Amino acid sequence: MGIDNLQGDGFLTTTLDQAIAWARKNSLWPMPMGISCCAIEMMATASPRFDISRFGSEVMRFTPRQCDVMIVAGTVTYKMSTVVRKIYDQMPEPKWVISMGACASSGGMFRSYSVVQGIDQFIPVDVFVAGCPPRPEALLHALIELQKKVQREQTGDKTARNEKIFIPESVS
Amino acid sequence: MTQAVLDRLTELCPAAIAGTSEFRGELTIIIHAPALLTACRALQSDPALAMDMVIDITAVDRYRAEQRFDVVYHLYSLKHKRYVRLRVPVDADPPAVDSVTGLWPAANWHERETFDMFGITFTGHPDLRRMYMPEEFEHHPLRKDFPTMGIPDSLPLPRR
Repeated sequence: MGIDNLQGDGFLTTTLDQAIAWARKNSLWPMPMGISCCAIEMMATASPRFDISRFGSEVMRFTPRQCDVMIVAGTVTYKMSTVVRKIYDQMPEPKWVISMGACASSGGMFRSYSVVQGIDQFIPVDVFVAGCPPRPEALLHALIELQKKVQREQTGDKTARNEKIFIPESVS
Repeated sequence: MTQAVLDRLTELCPAAIAGTSEFRGELTIIIHAPALLTACRALQSDPALAMDMVIDITAVDRYRAEQRFDVVYHLYSLKHKRYVRLRVPVDADPPAVDSVTGLWPAANWHERETFDMFGITFTGHPDLRRMYMPEEFEHHPLRKDFPTMGIPDSLPLPRR
Protein backbone atom coordinates (compact mmCIF):
# COMPACT_ATOMS: atom_id res chain seq x y z
CA MET A 1 0.00 0.00 0.00
CA GLY A 2 1.11 3.52 -0.60
CA ILE A 3 0.67 6.48 -2.92
CA ASP A 4 1.54 4.27 -5.89
CA ASN A 5 -1.83 2.54 -5.62
CA LEU A 6 -3.65 5.81 -6.36
CA GLN A 7 -2.24 5.85 -9.88
CA GLY A 8 -3.85 2.55 -10.78
CA ASP A 9 -7.20 1.93 -12.47
CA GLY A 10 -10.26 3.51 -10.89
CA PHE A 11 -8.46 6.50 -9.40
CA LEU A 12 -8.03 10.02 -10.61
CA THR A 13 -5.97 12.67 -8.91
CA THR A 14 -6.90 16.34 -9.05
CA THR A 15 -6.91 19.43 -6.89
CA LEU A 16 -9.80 20.19 -4.57
CA ASP A 17 -10.44 23.45 -6.44
CA GLN A 18 -10.75 21.60 -9.72
CA ALA A 19 -13.17 19.10 -8.24
CA ILE A 20 -15.34 21.80 -6.68
CA ALA A 21 -15.35 23.81 -9.90
CA TRP A 22 -16.35 20.75 -11.87
CA ALA A 23 -19.24 20.04 -9.51
CA ARG A 24 -20.33 23.63 -9.30
CA LYS A 25 -20.33 24.43 -13.00
CA ASN A 26 -22.29 21.31 -13.90
CA SER A 27 -25.18 22.03 -11.59
CA LEU A 28 -25.93 25.70 -12.08
CA TRP A 29 -29.53 25.87 -10.87
CA PRO A 30 -31.32 28.77 -12.49
CA MET A 31 -33.67 31.24 -10.88
CA PRO A 32 -36.09 31.80 -13.77
CA MET A 33 -36.76 35.52 -13.63
CA GLY A 34 -39.17 35.37 -16.56
CA ILE A 35 -40.85 38.75 -16.83
CA SER A 36 -41.87 38.92 -20.48
CA CYS A 37 -41.62 37.20 -23.86
CA CYS A 38 -38.01 36.01 -23.43
CA ALA A 39 -39.43 33.72 -20.75
CA ILE A 40 -41.16 31.72 -23.50
CA GLU A 41 -37.80 31.00 -25.10
CA MET A 42 -36.40 30.16 -21.67
CA MET A 43 -39.21 27.61 -21.24
CA ALA A 44 -38.44 26.24 -24.69
CA THR A 45 -34.83 25.86 -23.58
CA ALA A 46 -36.05 23.61 -20.78
CA SER A 47 -38.20 21.58 -23.17
CA PRO A 48 -37.09 18.15 -24.49
CA ARG A 49 -36.15 19.61 -27.86
CA PHE A 50 -33.34 21.75 -26.44
CA ASP A 51 -33.08 20.13 -23.03
CA ILE A 52 -31.19 22.39 -20.63
CA SER A 53 -30.77 19.38 -18.31
CA ARG A 54 -27.93 18.22 -20.57
CA PHE A 55 -25.99 20.98 -18.78
CA GLY A 56 -27.27 20.28 -15.28
CA SER A 57 -29.53 23.33 -15.16
CA GLU A 58 -32.95 21.73 -15.32
CA VAL A 59 -33.87 22.54 -11.72
CA MET A 60 -36.02 25.60 -12.34
CA ARG A 61 -37.68 26.19 -8.99
CA PHE A 62 -39.24 29.53 -8.26
CA THR A 63 -37.32 30.08 -5.09
CA PRO A 64 -34.14 32.13 -4.99
CA ARG A 65 -32.83 30.30 -1.92
CA GLN A 66 -31.53 27.30 -3.83
CA CYS A 67 -30.38 29.01 -7.02
CA ASP A 68 -26.97 29.73 -8.46
CA VAL A 69 -27.76 31.75 -11.57
CA MET A 70 -30.54 34.22 -12.18
CA ILE A 71 -31.76 34.31 -15.77
CA VAL A 72 -33.37 37.73 -16.22
CA ALA A 73 -35.61 37.08 -19.21
CA GLY A 74 -37.60 40.15 -20.08
CA THR A 75 -38.21 43.88 -19.81
CA VAL A 76 -37.30 45.29 -16.41
CA THR A 77 -39.21 48.44 -15.50
CA TYR A 78 -38.15 50.80 -12.74
CA LYS A 79 -40.99 49.50 -10.63
CA MET A 80 -39.86 45.90 -11.17
CA SER A 81 -36.19 46.69 -10.51
CA THR A 82 -36.57 46.62 -6.72
CA VAL A 83 -38.22 43.19 -6.98
CA VAL A 84 -35.44 41.81 -9.20
CA ARG A 85 -32.85 43.18 -6.78
CA LYS A 86 -34.63 41.72 -3.77
CA ILE A 87 -34.75 38.26 -5.34
CA TYR A 88 -31.10 38.57 -6.34
CA ASP A 89 -30.22 39.49 -2.74
CA GLN A 90 -31.99 36.36 -1.49
CA MET A 91 -29.84 34.04 -3.59
CA PRO A 92 -26.94 32.44 -1.72
CA GLU A 93 -23.34 33.10 -2.75
CA PRO A 94 -21.76 32.29 -5.12
CA LYS A 95 -24.24 33.58 -7.67
CA TRP A 96 -24.26 34.68 -11.26
CA VAL A 97 -26.62 36.58 -13.56
CA ILE A 98 -27.51 35.97 -17.20
CA SER A 99 -29.14 38.99 -18.85
CA MET A 100 -31.25 37.35 -21.53
CA GLY A 101 -32.30 39.39 -24.54
CA ALA A 102 -32.21 42.98 -25.70
CA CYS A 103 -34.64 44.37 -23.09
CA ALA A 104 -32.81 43.12 -20.02
CA SER A 105 -29.41 44.01 -21.48
CA SER A 106 -30.15 47.50 -22.80
CA GLY A 107 -33.84 48.34 -22.55
CA GLY A 108 -34.25 46.99 -26.08
CA MET A 109 -36.94 48.64 -28.12
CA PHE A 110 -38.35 50.31 -25.02
CA ARG A 111 -36.55 53.65 -25.16
CA SER A 112 -38.90 54.91 -22.50
CA TYR A 113 -39.04 56.63 -19.12
CA SER A 114 -40.44 53.53 -17.43
CA VAL A 115 -37.90 50.91 -18.56
CA VAL A 116 -34.42 50.45 -17.05
CA GLN A 117 -31.92 50.78 -19.91
CA GLY A 118 -29.90 47.71 -18.90
CA ILE A 119 -30.11 45.70 -15.69
CA ASP A 120 -26.37 46.11 -15.06
CA GLN A 121 -27.35 49.50 -13.61
CA PHE A 122 -28.49 47.75 -10.44
CA ILE A 123 -27.19 44.16 -10.42
CA PRO A 124 -23.84 42.75 -11.59
CA VAL A 125 -24.31 40.84 -14.85
CA ASP A 126 -22.01 38.04 -16.00
CA VAL A 127 -23.43 37.13 -19.41
CA PHE A 128 -25.34 39.33 -21.84
CA VAL A 129 -27.30 37.50 -24.53
CA ALA A 130 -28.29 39.36 -27.72
CA GLY A 131 -31.55 38.71 -29.50
CA CYS A 132 -35.18 39.69 -29.37
CA PRO A 133 -35.84 37.11 -28.10
CA PRO A 134 -32.64 35.02 -28.21
CA ARG A 135 -33.08 31.52 -29.57
CA PRO A 136 -32.77 28.66 -27.06
CA GLU A 137 -29.39 27.82 -28.59
CA ALA A 138 -28.19 31.29 -27.61
CA LEU A 139 -29.26 30.77 -24.01
CA LEU A 140 -27.51 27.39 -23.97
CA HIS A 141 -24.44 29.11 -25.44
CA ALA A 142 -24.61 31.62 -22.59
CA LEU A 143 -24.85 28.79 -20.07
CA ILE A 144 -21.83 27.00 -21.56
CA GLU A 145 -19.79 30.22 -21.49
CA LEU A 146 -20.87 30.79 -17.89
CA GLN A 147 -19.73 27.28 -17.00
CA LYS A 148 -16.29 28.06 -18.42
CA LYS A 149 -16.22 31.25 -16.38
CA VAL A 150 -17.17 29.38 -13.17
CA GLN A 151 -14.34 26.96 -13.85
CA ARG A 152 -11.85 29.80 -14.33
CA GLU A 153 -13.03 31.57 -11.16
CA GLN A 154 -12.70 28.54 -8.96
CA THR A 155 -9.23 27.67 -10.20
CA GLY A 156 -7.67 30.91 -9.12
CA ASP A 157 -8.25 33.27 -12.05
CA LYS A 158 -8.75 36.48 -10.04
CA THR A 159 -9.93 38.54 -13.05
CA ALA A 160 -12.63 36.04 -13.99
CA ARG A 161 -15.20 37.24 -11.43
CA ASN A 162 -15.68 40.64 -13.05
CA GLU A 163 -15.48 39.36 -16.60
CA LYS A 164 -18.42 40.17 -18.87
CA ILE A 165 -19.39 37.70 -21.55
CA PHE A 166 -21.32 38.78 -24.64
CA ILE A 167 -23.25 36.22 -26.65
CA PRO A 168 -23.95 37.48 -30.19
CA GLU A 169 -27.25 36.87 -31.94
CA SER A 170 -27.38 33.34 -33.29
CA VAL A 171 -27.82 32.82 -37.02
CA SER A 172 -30.15 29.99 -37.89
CA MET B 1 -79.26 55.79 -34.58
CA THR B 2 -76.69 58.24 -33.21
CA GLN B 3 -79.04 61.12 -34.03
CA ALA B 4 -81.58 59.74 -31.53
CA VAL B 5 -78.97 59.93 -28.74
CA LEU B 6 -78.05 63.48 -29.63
CA ASP B 7 -81.67 64.60 -29.92
CA ARG B 8 -82.56 63.14 -26.56
CA LEU B 9 -79.54 64.66 -24.80
CA THR B 10 -80.26 68.06 -26.38
CA GLU B 11 -83.79 67.76 -25.02
CA LEU B 12 -82.59 66.90 -21.49
CA CYS B 13 -79.65 69.29 -21.02
CA PRO B 14 -79.12 71.64 -23.96
CA ALA B 15 -76.73 73.89 -22.01
CA ALA B 16 -74.19 71.11 -21.57
CA ILE B 17 -73.54 70.51 -25.25
CA ALA B 18 -70.78 72.57 -26.83
CA GLY B 19 -70.70 70.78 -30.16
CA THR B 20 -70.85 67.43 -31.90
CA SER B 21 -69.04 65.50 -34.56
CA GLU B 22 -69.57 62.18 -36.24
CA PHE B 23 -67.06 59.88 -37.87
CA ARG B 24 -68.00 56.57 -39.46
CA GLY B 25 -71.22 56.38 -37.52
CA GLU B 26 -69.54 57.16 -34.18
CA LEU B 27 -71.02 60.10 -32.33
CA THR B 28 -68.79 62.45 -30.34
CA ILE B 29 -70.42 65.06 -28.12
CA ILE B 30 -68.32 67.94 -26.81
CA ILE B 31 -69.44 68.81 -23.28
CA HIS B 32 -68.78 71.97 -21.25
CA ALA B 33 -66.68 70.92 -18.24
CA PRO B 34 -68.92 72.47 -15.54
CA ALA B 35 -71.97 70.63 -16.96
CA LEU B 36 -70.29 67.24 -17.16
CA LEU B 37 -72.10 65.67 -14.19
CA THR B 38 -75.50 66.91 -15.39
CA ALA B 39 -74.92 65.45 -18.83
CA CYS B 40 -73.58 62.14 -17.46
CA ARG B 41 -76.49 61.78 -15.06
CA ALA B 42 -78.91 62.30 -17.95
CA LEU B 43 -77.03 59.86 -20.18
CA GLN B 44 -77.08 57.22 -17.46
CA SER B 45 -80.56 57.53 -15.98
CA ASP B 46 -82.75 58.38 -18.98
CA PRO B 47 -84.35 55.15 -20.27
CA ALA B 48 -84.02 56.27 -23.88
CA LEU B 49 -80.25 56.70 -23.46
CA ALA B 50 -79.36 54.22 -20.67
CA MET B 51 -75.58 54.55 -20.95
CA ASP B 52 -74.87 52.10 -18.17
CA MET B 53 -71.29 51.12 -18.89
CA VAL B 54 -67.98 53.00 -18.92
CA ILE B 55 -65.73 51.57 -21.60
CA ASP B 56 -62.81 53.94 -21.11
CA ILE B 57 -61.84 57.29 -19.69
CA THR B 58 -58.65 58.93 -20.89
CA ALA B 59 -57.29 62.30 -21.94
CA VAL B 60 -55.50 64.03 -24.81
CA ASP B 61 -52.83 66.68 -24.29
CA ARG B 62 -53.38 69.20 -27.10
CA TYR B 63 -50.46 71.31 -25.74
CA ARG B 64 -52.04 74.67 -26.48
CA ALA B 65 -52.54 77.79 -24.39
CA GLU B 66 -56.25 77.44 -23.73
CA GLN B 67 -58.20 74.29 -23.02
CA ARG B 68 -55.01 72.27 -23.13
CA PHE B 69 -56.52 68.91 -22.23
CA ASP B 70 -59.44 66.96 -23.61
CA VAL B 71 -60.85 64.40 -21.21
CA VAL B 72 -62.49 61.65 -23.24
CA TYR B 73 -65.26 59.33 -22.05
CA HIS B 74 -66.43 56.27 -23.94
CA LEU B 75 -69.86 55.11 -22.80
CA TYR B 76 -71.92 52.13 -23.87
CA SER B 77 -75.56 51.20 -23.48
CA LEU B 78 -76.07 47.49 -22.93
CA LYS B 79 -79.81 48.01 -23.44
CA HIS B 80 -79.64 49.84 -26.77
CA LYS B 81 -76.28 48.38 -27.84
CA ARG B 82 -74.70 51.67 -28.84
CA TYR B 83 -71.71 53.79 -27.97
CA VAL B 84 -71.26 57.48 -27.35
CA ARG B 85 -68.06 59.43 -26.90
CA LEU B 86 -67.83 62.57 -24.77
CA ARG B 87 -65.04 65.09 -25.16
CA VAL B 88 -64.56 67.57 -22.32
CA PRO B 89 -62.03 70.36 -22.91
CA VAL B 90 -60.34 71.59 -19.70
CA ASP B 91 -57.88 74.40 -18.99
CA ALA B 92 -54.32 73.71 -17.99
CA ASP B 93 -53.68 75.12 -14.52
CA PRO B 94 -54.85 73.40 -12.60
CA PRO B 95 -56.64 70.92 -14.83
CA ALA B 96 -59.71 69.65 -13.01
CA VAL B 97 -62.98 68.02 -13.93
CA ASP B 98 -65.75 66.43 -11.88
CA SER B 99 -65.43 62.74 -11.09
CA VAL B 100 -68.08 60.40 -12.47
CA THR B 101 -67.15 57.59 -10.06
CA GLY B 102 -70.39 58.27 -8.17
CA LEU B 103 -72.37 57.39 -11.29
CA TRP B 104 -70.26 54.53 -12.66
CA PRO B 105 -68.00 52.76 -10.13
CA ALA B 106 -65.97 51.46 -13.09
CA ALA B 107 -64.72 55.00 -13.66
CA ASN B 108 -62.62 54.80 -10.49
CA TRP B 109 -59.46 53.24 -11.92
CA HIS B 110 -59.80 54.96 -15.31
CA GLU B 111 -59.78 58.31 -13.55
CA ARG B 112 -56.84 57.29 -11.41
CA GLU B 113 -54.93 56.33 -14.56
CA THR B 114 -55.75 59.63 -16.24
CA PHE B 115 -54.69 61.49 -13.09
CA ASP B 116 -51.39 59.57 -13.02
CA MET B 117 -50.54 60.07 -16.68
CA PHE B 118 -51.86 63.62 -17.27
CA GLY B 119 -52.20 65.19 -13.81
CA ILE B 120 -55.87 65.95 -14.25
CA THR B 121 -57.66 66.19 -10.90
CA PHE B 122 -61.04 64.49 -10.72
CA THR B 123 -62.96 66.47 -8.12
CA GLY B 124 -64.94 64.24 -5.79
CA HIS B 125 -63.00 61.07 -6.58
CA PRO B 126 -62.97 58.85 -3.45
CA ASP B 127 -59.34 57.68 -3.74
CA LEU B 128 -57.33 59.69 -6.27
CA ARG B 129 -53.91 58.00 -6.07
CA ARG B 130 -51.43 57.22 -8.81
CA MET B 131 -52.20 54.09 -10.81
CA TYR B 132 -48.86 53.06 -12.39
CA MET B 133 -46.04 55.33 -11.30
CA PRO B 134 -44.57 55.24 -7.77
CA GLU B 135 -46.39 57.35 -5.17
CA GLU B 136 -43.46 59.74 -4.74
CA PHE B 137 -43.05 60.38 -8.49
CA GLU B 138 -43.66 64.06 -9.24
CA HIS B 139 -44.35 64.17 -12.97
CA HIS B 140 -47.05 63.11 -15.40
CA PRO B 141 -45.49 61.03 -18.19
CA LEU B 142 -48.07 61.32 -20.96
CA ARG B 143 -47.97 65.12 -21.00
CA LYS B 144 -46.40 66.50 -24.16
CA ASP B 145 -43.77 68.43 -22.21
CA PHE B 146 -42.50 65.29 -20.46
CA PRO B 147 -39.34 63.93 -22.15
CA THR B 148 -39.69 60.40 -23.60
CA MET B 149 -36.65 59.13 -21.71
CA GLY B 150 -37.89 60.59 -18.46
CA ILE B 151 -36.26 62.99 -16.04
CA PRO B 152 -32.91 61.73 -14.70
CA ASP B 153 -33.01 60.46 -11.09
CA SER B 154 -36.78 60.97 -10.83
CA LEU B 155 -37.26 57.20 -10.47
CA PRO B 156 -35.13 55.42 -7.86
CA LEU B 157 -33.08 52.32 -8.71
CA PRO B 158 -31.81 49.85 -6.09
CA ARG B 159 -28.17 50.23 -5.06
CA ARG B 160 -25.69 48.42 -7.33
